[in-house]
Amino acid sequence: MSAIRSRPVFLDLLKIRLPVSAVLSIAHRATGLLLVLAIPPAIYLLDLSLSGPEGFTAVRDFLKGPVGQSALFLGLWVLLHHLLAGVRCLLIDMDLGVERTVSRKSAWAVILAAPLVALACVGLLL
Amino acid sequence: MSRRASGLRAWLLQRSTAVYLGLFCLFLVLHFLLEPPTGVEQWRAWVGQPWPATGLMMFCAALLLHAWVGLRDVLIDYVRLSAMRIVLLGLAGAGLIACGLWFLQVILHVRSA
Repeated sequence: MSAIRSRPVFLDLLKIRLPVSAVLSIAHRATGLLLVLAIPPAIYLLDLSLSGPEGFTAVRDFLKGPVGQSALFLGLWVLLHHLLAGVRCLLIDMDLGVERTVSRKSAWAVILAAPLVALACVGLLL
Repeated sequence: MSRRASGLRAWLLQRSTAVYLGLFCLFLVLHFLLEPPTGVEQWRAWVGQPWPATGLMMFCAALLLHAWVGLRDVLIDYVRLSAMRIVLLGLAGAGLIACGLWFLQVILHVRSA
């Protein structure tokens, strides 16, 4: 036990350099956690929008206002990041894009595509 | 549940639910792009129809299972104190079940109205 405790530990987070695919993997977990936290507000909005004419307009006005638009964009960004990273993960499970250069490129593609597609969705949906 | 959702079974559950969640999200986006609800009556009518209602309830079930496997993995990996881990797992499970019941109530309320 003492031998285990005396092992050197290197945890200087400012000096650790991770490959982009590792960053994506951590972000996949972080976005997953954020999405779980978004479940109650999402059900609340659904409930309110279905409750009646006042609720429906309240939700629509909220989603068209600056706060709602920002929340929608951030929510979609997180969702798309998680979704696209998940699709990449499934493709790698099927032996597609396992090679290092390809997997790093696809990781960058996910990171860049998520906010762009989110922006496009916000623009098209409202 | 914890024992059932472990190893290969959890891996498969996470992936099969992910495929349904992804496809249903795509369907929702396309549906709302082509046919955005113009008023509450139309919106309630759509949600209350058998197929959308079934799809949404399956979506909710898949989402909660997917979230449970993910949360469980995260808690097991990062919370080292076992008492704390058990408490957090319990809270997470209870919270997800509560969300599921809330969602079910919202959909069934529209169906019955």
